[in-house]
Amino acid sequence: MPPKISPLTLFLAFSEMALSGFGGVLPFAYRHLVERRRWLTPEDFTKLLAASQVMPGPTICNLSVMFGYRSAGIGGSAMALGGMIALPTAIVLGLGVAWHEFGALPPVHRALTGMSAVVAGLVLATAMKMSRAVPRHAVPVSLSVVAFLGVGLMRFPLFAVIAFVGPIGILLAWREHW
Amino acid sequence: MIPDSGDAPVWSVVAPMFLHFALLSLMAIGGGVVMVAPEMQRYVVDSHHWITAEQFSAAFALAQAAPGPNFLYITLVGWEVAGWAGAAAATLAILGPPTLLSVAMVRASANRAPGPLARAIGKGLVPISVGLVFATGWILLRGSGSWDFRGATLALLAAAIVFRTKVNPIWLIAAGAAVGVAGFV
Repeated sequence: MPPKISPLTLFLAFSEMALSGFGGVLPFAYRHLVERRRWLTPEDFTKLLAASQVMPGPTICNLSVMFGYRSAGIGGSAMALGGMIALPTAIVLGLGVAWHEFGALPPVHRALTGMSAVVAGLVLATAMKMSRAVPRHAVPVSLSVVAFLGVGLMRFPLFAVIAFVGPIGILLAWREHW
Repeated sequence: MIPDSGDAPVWSVVAPMFLHFALLSLMAIGGGVVMVAPEMQRYVVDSHHWITAEQFSAAFALAQAAPGPNFLYITLVGWEVAGWAGAAAATLAILGPPTLLSVAMVRASANRAPGPLARAIGKGLVPISVGLVFATGWILLRGSGSWDFRGATLALLAAAIVFRTKVNPIWLIAAGAAVGVAGFV
Protein backbone atom coordinates (compact mmCIF):
# COMPACT_ATOMS: atom_id res chain seq x y z
CA MET A 1 0.00 0.00 0.00
CA PRO A 2 1.37 3.41 -0.89
CA PRO A 3 2.07 5.71 2.05
CA LYS A 4 0.18 8.98 2.59
CA ILE A 5 1.80 11.60 0.38
CA SER A 6 0.93 15.28 0.12
CA PRO A 7 -0.72 16.29 -3.18
CA LEU A 8 2.04 18.82 -3.87
CA THR A 9 4.72 16.15 -3.46
CA LEU A 10 2.74 13.93 -5.84
CA PHE A 11 2.54 16.68 -8.42
CA LEU A 12 6.28 17.32 -8.30
CA ALA A 13 7.22 13.62 -8.32
CA PHE A 14 5.01 12.83 -11.31
CA SER A 15 6.22 15.93 -13.17
CA GLU A 16 9.78 14.74 -12.69
CA MET A 17 8.92 11.27 -14.03
CA ALA A 18 7.10 12.68 -17.03
CA LEU A 19 9.92 15.02 -17.98
CA SER A 20 12.52 12.23 -17.76
CA GLY A 21 10.49 10.04 -20.09
CA PHE A 22 11.58 10.45 -23.68
CA GLY A 23 10.04 7.62 -25.65
CA GLY A 24 8.13 6.08 -22.76
CA VAL A 25 7.58 7.11 -19.15
CA LEU A 26 7.02 3.65 -17.69
CA PRO A 27 10.69 2.77 -16.96
CA PHE A 28 11.05 6.11 -15.18
CA ALA A 29 7.88 5.50 -13.17
CA TYR A 30 9.48 2.30 -11.88
CA ARG A 31 12.77 4.05 -11.13
CA HIS A 32 11.09 6.88 -9.22
CA LEU A 33 8.29 5.04 -7.39
CA VAL A 34 10.21 1.88 -6.48
CA GLU A 35 13.93 2.59 -6.49
CA ARG A 36 14.34 6.25 -5.58
CA ARG A 37 11.38 7.17 -3.40
CA ARG A 38 10.55 3.64 -2.23
CA TRP A 39 6.82 4.39 -2.22
CA LEU A 40 6.12 0.95 -3.71
CA THR A 41 7.73 -2.49 -3.53
CA PRO A 42 8.48 -4.14 -6.90
CA GLU A 43 5.48 -6.45 -6.30
CA ASP A 44 3.13 -3.53 -5.60
CA PHE A 45 4.37 -1.81 -8.74
CA THR A 46 3.68 -4.91 -10.83
CA LYS A 47 0.14 -5.15 -9.43
CA LEU A 48 -0.49 -1.45 -10.02
CA LEU A 49 0.82 -1.74 -13.58
CA ALA A 50 -1.38 -4.78 -14.28
CA ALA A 51 -4.43 -2.88 -13.01
CA SER A 52 -3.53 0.14 -15.18
CA GLN A 53 -3.19 -2.04 -18.26
CA VAL A 54 -6.54 -3.74 -17.75
CA MET A 55 -8.16 -0.30 -17.92
CA PRO A 56 -8.59 1.30 -21.35
CA GLY A 57 -6.67 4.48 -22.15
CA PRO A 58 -3.11 5.69 -21.60
CA THR A 59 -1.51 3.17 -19.20
CA ILE A 60 0.84 5.65 -17.50
CA CYS A 61 -2.03 8.07 -16.84
CA ASN A 62 -4.19 5.32 -15.35
CA LEU A 63 -1.25 4.37 -13.14
CA SER A 64 -0.88 7.99 -11.99
CA VAL A 65 -4.60 8.25 -11.21
CA MET A 66 -4.64 5.00 -9.21
CA PHE A 67 -1.44 5.70 -7.31
CA GLY A 68 -2.56 9.26 -6.55
CA TYR A 69 -5.93 8.08 -5.28
CA ARG A 70 -4.40 5.56 -2.91
CA SER A 71 -1.92 8.11 -1.59
CA ALA A 72 -4.14 11.14 -1.13
CA GLY A 73 -7.69 10.45 -2.33
CA ILE A 74 -9.34 12.22 -5.23
CA GLY A 75 -7.11 15.29 -4.86
CA GLY A 76 -4.10 12.99 -5.04
CA SER A 77 -5.41 11.53 -8.31
CA ALA A 78 -5.80 14.99 -9.77
CA MET A 79 -2.34 16.11 -8.69
CA ALA A 80 -0.54 12.95 -9.85
CA LEU A 81 -2.28 13.06 -13.24
CA GLY A 82 -1.74 16.83 -13.42
CA GLY A 83 1.97 16.37 -12.77
CA MET A 84 2.14 13.67 -15.43
CA ILE A 85 0.53 15.80 -18.14
CA ALA A 86 0.93 19.54 -17.38
CA LEU A 87 4.49 20.28 -18.48
CA PRO A 88 4.64 17.69 -21.30
CA THR A 89 1.43 19.16 -22.75
CA ALA A 90 2.91 22.66 -22.61
CA ILE A 91 6.08 21.42 -24.35
CA VAL A 92 4.17 19.58 -27.08
CA LEU A 93 1.93 22.56 -27.77
CA GLY A 94 5.04 24.76 -27.88
CA LEU A 95 6.47 22.45 -30.53
CA GLY A 96 3.16 22.65 -32.39
CA VAL A 97 3.24 26.46 -32.38
CA ALA A 98 6.86 26.46 -33.58
CA TRP A 99 5.91 23.99 -36.29
CA HIS A 100 3.20 26.34 -37.54
CA GLU A 101 5.54 29.29 -37.41
CA PHE A 102 8.42 27.61 -39.24
CA GLY A 103 7.01 24.43 -40.79
CA ALA A 104 6.80 25.98 -44.25
CA LEU A 105 10.57 26.59 -44.36
CA PRO A 106 12.11 23.86 -46.53
CA PRO A 107 14.76 22.64 -44.02
CA VAL A 108 12.17 22.41 -41.22
CA HIS A 109 9.76 20.59 -43.49
CA ARG A 110 12.49 18.15 -44.54
CA ALA A 111 13.50 17.61 -40.88
CA LEU A 112 9.90 16.72 -40.04
CA THR A 113 9.77 14.30 -42.96
CA GLY A 114 12.89 12.51 -41.69
CA MET A 115 11.56 12.47 -38.12
CA SER A 116 8.21 11.09 -39.30
CA ALA A 117 9.89 8.20 -41.12
CA VAL A 118 12.06 7.38 -38.07
CA VAL A 119 9.10 7.54 -35.69
CA ALA A 120 7.11 5.20 -37.95
CA GLY A 121 10.08 2.82 -37.66
CA LEU A 122 10.12 3.18 -33.86
CA VAL A 123 6.44 2.26 -33.72
CA LEU A 124 7.12 -0.80 -35.90
CA ALA A 125 9.92 -1.80 -33.48
CA THR A 126 7.47 -1.47 -30.57
CA ALA A 127 5.06 -3.72 -32.45
CA MET A 128 7.86 -6.26 -33.01
CA LYS A 129 8.70 -6.22 -29.28
CA MET A 130 5.02 -6.57 -28.34
CA SER A 131 4.63 -9.48 -30.74
CA ARG A 132 6.89 -11.58 -28.49
CA ALA A 133 3.84 -11.84 -26.23
CA VAL A 134 1.80 -13.44 -29.03
CA PRO A 135 2.12 -17.25 -28.94
CA ARG A 136 3.40 -18.80 -32.20
CA HIS A 137 0.09 -20.46 -32.83
CA ALA A 138 -2.26 -20.18 -35.81
CA VAL A 139 -5.15 -18.59 -33.92
CA PRO A 140 -3.44 -15.64 -32.18
CA VAL A 141 -1.19 -14.95 -35.18
CA SER A 142 -4.24 -14.82 -37.49
CA LEU A 143 -5.94 -12.39 -35.10
CA SER A 144 -2.90 -10.07 -35.34
CA VAL A 145 -2.82 -10.34 -39.12
CA VAL A 146 -6.56 -9.68 -39.50
CA ALA A 147 -6.33 -6.63 -37.18
CA PHE A 148 -3.38 -5.27 -39.20
CA LEU A 149 -4.98 -5.88 -42.59
CA GLY A 150 -8.43 -4.63 -41.57
CA VAL A 151 -7.31 -1.42 -39.88
CA GLY A 152 -3.98 -0.70 -41.59
CA LEU A 153 -4.54 -1.74 -45.22
CA MET A 154 -8.29 -1.95 -45.78
CA ARG A 155 -8.91 1.09 -43.54
CA PHE A 156 -12.05 -0.36 -41.99
CA PRO A 157 -13.32 1.47 -38.88
CA LEU A 158 -11.66 0.19 -35.70
CA PHE A 159 -15.07 -0.40 -34.11
CA ALA A 160 -16.01 -2.84 -36.87
CA VAL A 161 -12.71 -4.73 -36.72
CA ILE A 162 -12.77 -5.06 -32.91
CA ALA A 163 -16.42 -6.11 -32.98
CA PHE A 164 -15.40 -8.87 -35.41
CA VAL A 165 -12.10 -10.18 -33.99
CA GLY A 166 -12.42 -9.11 -30.32
CA PRO A 167 -15.05 -11.67 -29.29
CA ILE A 168 -13.24 -14.43 -31.22
CA GLY A 169 -9.99 -13.66 -29.38
CA ILE A 170 -11.63 -13.46 -25.96
CA LEU A 171 -13.68 -16.62 -26.49
CA LEU A 172 -10.70 -18.67 -27.67
CA ALA A 173 -8.50 -17.33 -24.87
CA TRP A 174 -11.25 -18.19 -22.39
CA ARG A 175 -11.48 -21.74 -23.74
CA GLU A 176 -7.67 -21.86 -23.61
CA HIS A 177 -7.21 -22.55 -27.28
CA TRP A 178 -3.67 -21.24 -27.14
CA MET B 1 -6.61 23.33 -40.67
CA ILE B 2 -9.69 25.12 -39.37
CA PRO B 3 -8.75 28.58 -38.06
CA ASP B 4 -9.07 29.05 -34.31
CA SER B 5 -11.38 32.01 -34.61
CA GLY B 6 -13.81 31.10 -31.84
CA ASP B 7 -16.59 31.07 -34.44
CA ALA B 8 -19.45 28.62 -34.31
CA PRO B 9 -18.06 26.38 -37.11
CA VAL B 10 -15.15 25.35 -34.86
CA TRP B 11 -17.65 23.77 -32.47
CA SER B 12 -19.24 21.83 -35.27
CA VAL B 13 -15.80 20.20 -35.60
CA VAL B 14 -14.80 20.05 -31.92
CA ALA B 15 -17.99 18.40 -30.64
CA PRO B 16 -18.02 15.35 -32.97
CA MET B 17 -14.24 14.98 -32.61
CA PHE B 18 -14.61 14.98 -28.82
CA LEU B 19 -17.25 12.23 -28.94
CA HIS B 20 -15.28 10.11 -31.39
CA PHE B 21 -12.02 10.38 -29.41
CA ALA B 22 -13.84 9.67 -26.12
CA LEU B 23 -15.20 6.44 -27.63
CA LEU B 24 -11.71 5.62 -28.93
CA SER B 25 -10.24 6.11 -25.44
CA LEU B 26 -12.35 3.13 -24.36
CA MET B 27 -11.02 0.98 -27.21
CA ALA B 28 -7.35 1.51 -26.30
CA ILE B 29 -7.03 -1.71 -24.30
CA GLY B 30 -3.81 -3.64 -23.84
CA GLY B 31 -1.66 -1.59 -26.16
CA GLY B 32 -1.97 1.92 -24.82
CA VAL B 33 -3.12 4.76 -27.05
CA VAL B 34 -0.71 4.17 -29.93
CA MET B 35 -3.01 1.44 -31.25
CA VAL B 36 -5.92 3.82 -31.89
CA ALA B 37 -3.83 6.07 -34.18
CA PRO B 38 -4.99 4.39 -37.44
CA GLU B 39 -8.65 4.94 -36.53
CA MET B 40 -7.95 8.50 -35.45
CA GLN B 41 -6.15 9.16 -38.74
CA ARG B 42 -8.99 7.58 -40.73
CA TYR B 43 -11.46 9.87 -38.93
CA VAL B 44 -9.63 13.23 -39.15
CA VAL B 45 -7.88 12.65 -42.52
CA ASP B 46 -9.91 10.24 -44.70
CA SER B 47 -13.46 10.85 -43.46
CA HIS B 48 -13.41 14.56 -42.65
CA HIS B 49 -10.34 16.00 -44.43
CA TRP B 50 -9.64 18.26 -41.44
CA ILE B 51 -5.88 17.70 -41.80
CA THR B 52 -3.64 15.79 -44.23
CA ALA B 53 -1.96 12.42 -43.62
CA GLU B 54 1.38 14.22 -43.65
CA GLN B 55 0.23 16.60 -40.89
CA PHE B 56 -0.96 13.61 -38.87
CA SER B 57 2.41 11.84 -39.17
CA ALA B 58 4.26 15.05 -38.32
CA ALA B 59 2.07 15.63 -35.23
CA PHE B 60 2.82 12.09 -34.08
CA ALA B 61 6.55 12.56 -34.69
CA LEU B 62 6.67 15.91 -32.83
CA ALA B 63 4.88 14.41 -29.84
CA GLN B 64 7.41 11.55 -29.76
CA ALA B 65 10.23 14.09 -29.77
CA ALA B 66 8.93 15.59 -26.50
CA PRO B 67 9.11 13.97 -23.06
CA GLY B 68 5.96 12.63 -21.42
CA PRO B 69 3.11 10.20 -22.00
CA ASN B 70 2.55 9.06 -25.58
CA PHE B 71 -1.10 10.14 -25.74
CA LEU B 72 0.24 13.65 -26.44
CA TYR B 73 0.09 13.09 -30.19
CA ILE B 74 -3.69 13.23 -29.74
CA THR B 75 -3.44 16.68 -28.10
CA LEU B 76 -1.40 17.87 -31.07
CA VAL B 77 -3.81 16.35 -33.61
CA GLY B 78 -6.68 18.14 -31.84
CA TRP B 79 -4.72 21.38 -31.99
CA GLU B 80 -4.02 20.89 -35.69
CA VAL B 81 -7.70 20.26 -36.36
CA ALA B 82 -9.27 23.07 -34.35
CA GLY B 83 -6.71 25.16 -32.47
CA TRP B 84 -6.69 25.50 -28.69
CA ALA B 85 -10.30 24.34 -28.30
CA GLY B 86 -9.42 21.26 -30.36
CA ALA B 87 -6.34 20.52 -28.23
CA ALA B 88 -8.35 20.80 -25.00
CA ALA B 89 -11.22 18.69 -26.35
CA ALA B 90 -8.94 15.94 -27.70
CA THR B 91 -6.99 15.74 -24.42
CA LEU B 92 -10.15 15.64 -22.28
CA ALA B 93 -11.68 13.02 -24.56
CA ILE B 94 -8.72 10.64 -24.43
CA LEU B 95 -8.12 11.05 -20.66
CA GLY B 96 -11.64 11.56 -19.28
CA PRO B 97 -13.31 8.16 -19.61
CA PRO B 98 -10.21 6.11 -18.63
CA THR B 99 -9.61 8.37 -15.60
CA LEU B 100 -13.18 7.95 -14.37
CA LEU B 101 -12.92 4.18 -14.82
CA SER B 102 -9.57 4.07 -13.02
CA VAL B 103 -10.96 5.97 -10.03
CA ALA B 104 -14.01 3.68 -9.98
CA MET B 105 -11.77 0.61 -10.08
CA VAL B 106 -9.41 1.77 -7.35
CA ARG B 107 -12.39 2.61 -5.13
CA ALA B 108 -14.05 -0.73 -5.75
CA SER B 109 -11.10 -3.02 -5.17
CA ALA B 110 -8.07 -2.49 -3.00
CA ASN B 111 -5.57 -4.73 -4.72
CA ARG B 112 -7.49 -7.65 -6.14
CA ALA B 113 -5.91 -9.89 -8.76
CA PRO B 114 -7.88 -9.99 -12.04
CA GLY B 115 -10.42 -12.85 -12.30
CA PRO B 116 -10.55 -15.46 -15.09
CA LEU B 117 -12.80 -13.35 -17.33
CA ALA B 118 -10.52 -10.29 -17.03
CA ARG B 119 -7.55 -12.55 -17.80
CA ALA B 120 -9.27 -13.99 -20.88
CA ILE B 121 -10.11 -10.48 -22.09
CA GLY B 122 -6.51 -9.39 -21.57
CA LYS B 123 -5.05 -12.46 -23.23
CA GLY B 124 -7.56 -12.49 -26.08
CA LEU B 125 -6.96 -8.86 -27.01
CA VAL B 126 -3.13 -8.96 -26.97
CA PRO B 127 -2.78 -10.32 -30.54
CA ILE B 128 -5.24 -7.70 -31.79
CA SER B 129 -3.34 -4.88 -30.05
CA VAL B 130 -0.12 -6.08 -31.67
CA GLY B 131 -1.73 -6.05 -35.12
CA LEU B 132 -3.02 -2.53 -34.46
CA VAL B 133 0.39 -1.20 -33.41
CA PHE B 134 1.83 -2.62 -36.67
CA ALA B 135 -0.99 -0.79 -38.47
CA THR B 136 0.01 2.43 -36.69
CA GLY B 137 3.61 2.12 -37.92
CA TRP B 138 2.33 1.43 -41.43
CA ILE B 139 -0.07 4.41 -41.67
CA LEU B 140 2.53 6.74 -40.13
CA LEU B 141 5.08 5.70 -42.75
CA ARG B 142 2.55 6.06 -45.57
CA GLY B 143 1.78 9.59 -44.38
CA SER B 144 5.36 10.58 -43.60
CA GLY B 145 5.88 12.56 -46.80
CA SER B 146 8.57 10.09 -47.79
CA TRP B 147 6.49 7.15 -48.99
CA ASP B 148 9.18 5.57 -51.17
CA PHE B 149 12.19 3.31 -50.79
CA ARG B 150 14.24 6.01 -49.02
CA GLY B 151 11.62 6.67 -46.34
CA ALA B 152 11.03 2.95 -45.90
CA THR B 153 14.78 2.30 -45.60
CA LEU B 154 15.13 5.01 -42.95
CA ALA B 155 12.16 3.62 -41.00
CA LEU B 156 13.38 0.02 -41.14
CA LEU B 157 16.90 1.08 -40.16
CA ALA B 158 15.52 2.95 -37.13
CA ALA B 159 13.35 -0.06 -36.23
CA ALA B 160 16.32 -2.44 -36.46
CA ILE B 161 18.56 -0.19 -34.32
CA VAL B 162 16.03 0.32 -31.56
CA PHE B 163 15.13 -3.37 -31.66
CA ARG B 164 18.74 -4.54 -31.39
CA THR B 165 20.36 -1.92 -29.16
CA LYS B 166 19.52 0.11 -26.06
CA VAL B 167 20.04 3.49 -27.69
CA ASN B 168 17.58 6.16 -26.50
CA PRO B 169 14.99 6.67 -29.28
CA ILE B 170 15.34 10.47 -28.97
CA TRP B 171 18.77 10.23 -30.67
CA LEU B 172 17.27 8.32 -33.57
CA ILE B 173 14.57 10.96 -33.96
CA ALA B 174 17.29 13.64 -33.97
CA ALA B 175 19.23 11.63 -36.56
CA GLY B 176 16.06 11.41 -38.66
CA ALA B 177 15.74 15.20 -38.55
CA ALA B 178 19.38 15.55 -39.65
CA VAL B 179 18.94 13.04 -42.49
CA GLY B 180 15.86 14.99 -43.58
CA VAL B 181 17.59 18.38 -43.50
CA ALA B 182 20.46 16.92 -45.51
CA GLY B 183 17.89 16.02 -48.16
CA PHE B 184 18.20 12.23 -48.11
CA VAL B 185 14.46 11.55 -47.69
